[in-house]
Order: sequence, then structure tokens, then C-alpha cells
Amino acid sequence: MIDYTYTVWIPLIPLFMFLILGLLGMKMKGSLAGIIGSSGLFITTVLSYITAYLYFFKTGEVDGTYQTITAFNTEWLNFTDTLRIHMGVMLDPISVMMLVVVSTVSLMIHIYSLGYMKGEKGFQRFYAFLSFFTFSMLGLVIATNIFQMYIGFELVGISSYILIGFYYEKPPAVAASKKAFIVTRFADLGFLIGILIISFYTKTFDFDKLISSDGSIFSGMNTASFMGVSAITWALLLIFMGCAGKSAMFPFHIWLPDAMEGPTPVSALIHAATMVVAGVYLVARMFIVFHFQVPGALIVVAYIGAFTSLIAAIVACTQFDIKRILAYSTLSQIGYMILALGVSGYGGEEGVGYMASMFHLFTHAMFKALLFLIAGSVIHAVHTNDLREMGNLRKYMPVTFITFVVALLAISGIPPFSGFWSKDEILAAALEHNKLIFYSSVFVAGLTAFYMSRLFFSVFFGKKPHYEHKPQESPLTMTIPLMFLAAVSIFAGFIPFSRFVTTDGKAFETTLNYMIAVPSVLIALIGIGIAYFLYFKESNVPDKISSSLGIFYKTALNKFYFDEMWLFVTKKIIFNLISNPIAWFDRHIVDGAMNGVAWVIEKSSYKIKGLQSGQLQQYAFVFISGSVILVLCFIYWLN
Amino acid sequence: MIQGIPIQCFLIVSTIMFFIGICGFIIRHNLITILMSVELILNSVNINFLVFNKYLFPHQLQGHFFAMIVVAIAASEAAVAIALFINMYRKFNNIEVENINEMKY
Repeated sequence: MIDYTYTVWIPLIPLFMFLILGLLGMKMKGSLAGIIGSSGLFITTVLSYITAYLYFFKTGEVDGTYQTITAFNTEWLNFTDTLRIHMGVMLDPISVMMLVVVSTVSLMIHIYSLGYMKGEKGFQRFYAFLSFFTFSMLGLVIATNIFQMYIGFELVGISSYILIGFYYEKPPAVAASKKAFIVTRFADLGFLIGILIISFYTKTFDFDKLISSDGSIFSGMNTASFMGVSAITWALLLIFMGCAGKSAMFPFHIWLPDAMEGPTPVSALIHAATMVVAGVYLVARMFIVFHFQVPGALIVVAYIGAFTSLIAAIVACTQFDIKRILAYSTLSQIGYMILALGVSGYGGEEGVGYMASMFHLFTHAMFKALLFLIAGSVIHAVHTNDLREMGNLRKYMPVTFITFVVALLAISGIPPFSGFWSKDEILAAALEHNKLIFYSSVFVAGLTAFYMSRLFFSVFFGKKPHYEHKPQESPLTMTIPLMFLAAVSIFAGFIPFSRFVTTDGKAFETTLNYMIAVPSVLIALIGIGIAYFLYFKESNVPDKISSSLGIFYKTALNKFYFDEMWLFVTKKIIFNLISNPIAWFDRHIVDGAMNGVAWVIEKSSYKIKGLQSGQLQQYAFVFISGSVILVLCFIYWLN
Repeated sequence: MIQGIPIQCFLIVSTIMFFIGICGFIIRHNLITILMSVELILNSVNINFLVFNKYLFPHQLQGHFFAMIVVAIAASEAAVAIALFINMYRKFNNIEVENINEMKY
């Protein structure tokens, strides 16, 4: 056996980087801070790769099954005999895979930001919080128990809040960061309650016991029920609520598009590749519990994923802000992962959905980070987010152009690029378990190809707007990550994921199902073709189509009015009916009591303050008459 | 023992002096007269020391010494007080005690 204790350094190095850059960063030159942060993360990445190599190829597999290894575990809090919270490192196929994903993407973003954020105010702060985010995310991924996972959820939430609000002088950024924080925090409340319910019945937080037992520890929860639904169902649905908040699933998806106010590298790291898949990861982590205890909850998961992917894809077709298009695309792809988990079975071939979800998580992290970095590169060159003000950029930015072609083909699912393989597995899993979800997913695949090509053609071809400055290719620090991620996006599809990441740890073989692959590629090509027809040359056909769609187009353009619905629920119902009365009670009764006491004291002290007149003789008079009275008392009473 | 004079006579005199001093201290406005009143109070106490020493312990000298100490302290106190008065006069242009109420609330 290999000693994996060193893995504890994987999250700790970014933490130290955060402390160094956070405390001393202001004394450094910006570029030095960036280089320190990046080199720290480079070590983490190397350690992650070593761990992945050792785990997948050397020691992880025993008798054909990947083991769960607890590399490090230390007691952090000890309240009672049953209520103990540990901190540690757990290695199993999905956590090792996530280590690779998080550290790779994070390293690429660190390098990219050297160029992209150059000369920005608060460069050191940016790097400090990037490191902090990486630490939190890695801590989440390697969690040995559900409580450590929860802490990770909160920490990535707060670092996302800080980084979205990086330009804290811009009001939209501040509003977006608050929105993201409040929405995810609200969802995390559900997660916390779910954890508490589970640990109340099972007396443990450890994933070890929760996911690898025969389910007997949940027996108490199946009998206990609340409102006709068993306690375990409640717990899992509440935990899924936390996942939905972090992964921006319907109805908590509203924060993600707004989060694009943050710097583009942050969007790439947090809101495309890593943090938003934390929810998917948690569902995958608890998958055994979901599957064996409450299959009903999995159906909810599947439908929410499918629904989110559908509406997000439709909205993405109508938006004009390039980062928002990517954000809706992210929503849609995460919906894919969630629905794949929802339709998955357990064990061997049955678990293909689980495998496909993790596979898609991996490939999506790579090509979506790539897309965001490309968007950043484009924004860097033309200084605008608006699709309508771009066009014909392929001559100015060849590297960006070529990498975008790769990313486009990857996300559209054209073989042999990575997205094809993972999407194909998801569709296969969906076809086996739920026809409705299958057809919706195929439709979404077409939409994905359409809106990504729309973005592609509008940015790199189409009209030739007049640029104030001639757009230039981005510096090498920005294009190297693009090229690296593009290379990964091309080849990641050939990783035999079913060999490594499965529900029960046993490898199985997947075969390409032509009945699914051919139609899905065809529909993707149709999507690209329509986008080519509409957007390759400047024309007014898209406007005609959108005006003929009328109300439907308008609804999609306004994101199906989900923001307005939430505002209605919060402002009209919750604020008016619940918050305002409570606020009134607080302001008038609670504060009133305190203010009353203060008022009485103030008034009485005004009344008696004349006693301290500054007149020496008054003091003397009072003193002497007091002494006389005391003397008289002693003489006449005390005798 | 002083022949023919009972102790009460001395005590009455010193008490009268004491209360004259207190009245002066409370009533007068001029700081110098207030200082004089303080001297009166001290001296009435001195008389008490001497008288009690003479009538109760005629062969000892504690009362005398206490009286000497009080005189010495009264002298130094007068010096300090007059120095203060001079400064006050420079600052406020008078030494009426009512005007010196900077320390009030």
C-alpha cells in the first residue's frame, strides 16, 4: 500500500497561498503575487496528478474494484459520543477525478489571469481569493463526511460571493454577488436541515458508513415520517435542494447568469467548471443512498435536471451578452449531468448514467472553461460583452478562433471531440430509463449546437463592425491555457471512463450505440447548419424570425420571467406578509423597550445634572450639611 | 489646667471660630476671604488640640506638636492657594468664586 497522507497538502497549499497573498500581497508587486499563487497551485496540480496516477493505475484497484481510501482523518469537533465531526481526505474514483478537474482548471485560470487581469486594481486580492476558492473546492471534494462537505459548500459560496463582487465599485456586480450569495445560502439551508435529519437518525456523518453500508442504518428513517413522506425522503430532497442551489438548477438557477458580472476568469473557474458542479458531485456522492433508499427522489432529480437543461437552452438562444449565453449553456449542461444521475441505475452496465454524468462533468469542465476563457479573450480584445457589437474577429485573433472551433465542436457533440462521447453516454442512459427525458435531451443537444454556433458565427464571422482599437490577439499567458484546454477538449473523450468511475467501483465496457449517436450528431449538425444559415452573413432573417415568434420569443428573451417570479414571491409575499410584521415587531417592541429604558435614563440625568454646578461653595455646603446630619444621627439615634 | 477657666469656655470659643470659618467659606465670594475662612477653621482646630492636651494630658506634648504641624501645613497651603489665585486672576481677571465653574457638567 502507498501512504496517501501527503494528499492533505493538496488543499493546504492553496490555503497557505491565500494566507501569504492575503496578508502580504499588498506589499508585493502584482505580477509577483500572481506568480506565487500560480506556482503554489502548480504544486497542488502535480500532487493531484500523482495521486490520480497512483490511485487509478497502482493501488486503488483491489480485485477489480476501486476501493475507498481514507488517506487522512482527524477529529475536529467532539460534542458527544455520537456527534463528532472529522476533517480528512477521502479518495475514491469520483473524488480523485474531481481533484484532477479542479486543480487543472484552476491552474489554467491562474495562468490566464496573469494576462487577463494585468494591471487591474486589486490584482493581489484577486489571486488571494482564487487560492482561497481552490482550497475550499478541494476541501469539498475530498470530504470524508457530509459535514465537511457542507463546510466546503459554504466556503465556495463565500468565495464565489467575493469574486463576483470583485469589481465592488460597480453596482451590478455588487447586486449580482448578493443575489448569488443569498440564493445559494438559502438552498444550503435545506442542505443543512437534510444533514441534521440524516445524522439524527443514523448517528453519523461519515460517508464511509452512509454510502457503503447495506442501508440498515436508515431503517429508522423509513418508518419515521412527516406529512406522509418518510424522513429519509425529506432528508434527501432537502440535500438535493442544496445541490440545486449550488448547481443552479431550477428554481434556483437565477443567480448564475447574473454572476457573470464577475471577472471572466472567475466565471470560467467558479461558474462553469468547478463550483457549479459541486451539487452534481454531492448527488453522485450520495448516489447509493438516493438509489436504494428513495428511488422517488431520483426521479425528481432527473426531471429537474431535464427541465433546467431545456429552459436554459431555449433562453440561451435569445441572449446577446456572450457571457450570459455561456452561463445559460452551463445551466443546460449541468442539467444534463443531473438528469444523467437521475436516470442512472446501480451496478455495472446499469450505472451508465452515473458514469456518464461524471464523464460529462469532466469534459464539460474542460470545454466550458475553455469557452469562458475564449469569451474573456474576445472581451479583452473588443471591450464589450455585447454580441451585436462584434463580428469578423477571426482574422484578428487566430488562436482564439481555432480554439473556439474546438470548443464548439466539443460542446455540440461532434465526434471525435470530447463532448460527443460523454453526451452520448447520457443519452444512452436516458433512453433506457425515460423516453420523455431522452427526447428532451436530444432536443437540447440540437439547441446547444444552435446557440453555440450562433455565438461562434456572430463573433468570428458576420458583419464587420467598426472597432475603435484594432482587436489584437491576446498575450501568450492567455493563449497557452486556451491551447492546453483545447487539446484536452479534443482528447478527453477517449478516456475510458467506464473503466475508472462507476457506481460500484467495478469496471465495465461501453460500446457506442449507433442508434443514439447518429441521430444526436445529426441534430447537432442541423443546429449548426441553421445557425450557419442565419448568422454566417449579416442578414435580417434572425430578426424576422424572432418577431414572428412574438410572445414566445419575448418570454425567452426575458428568461421566462423567473427573476420576476422570484421577486414577486419575495417582495410581495414574503416581505409584506412575513418580514414586515417581524420587522415592525423588532423595531417597535424590541427596540422600543430598549429605547424606552435609554429615554428614561437620559431624561432623569438631565434633571439631576444641575447638581454638578461647578460652584465650589455649593459642594462645600452639601458636604458640610451632610456631615452635620451624620453627626446628629450618630449622637441621637445610635446611642 | 488654667485656673478659674473651665474647659467649656475654650471649646465654645473654638466652636464659634469654626462655624464663623464655615460660614465664611460658604458665603463669601472672594477667594482670598475664603482662604482666610479656611485659616480660621484650622486655627479653631488648633485651639482644640492645645486645650485638650492641657486639660487631659498636661505632661505630654502631642497636642502641641499637632498644632505646630497644622500651622506649618496651613502656611504652605496658603502659599499654594495664593499662587493659584494669581493664575486665576490672570486667566479670568477676577477671583470671584462663582465665575470659576469650568468644571461643571
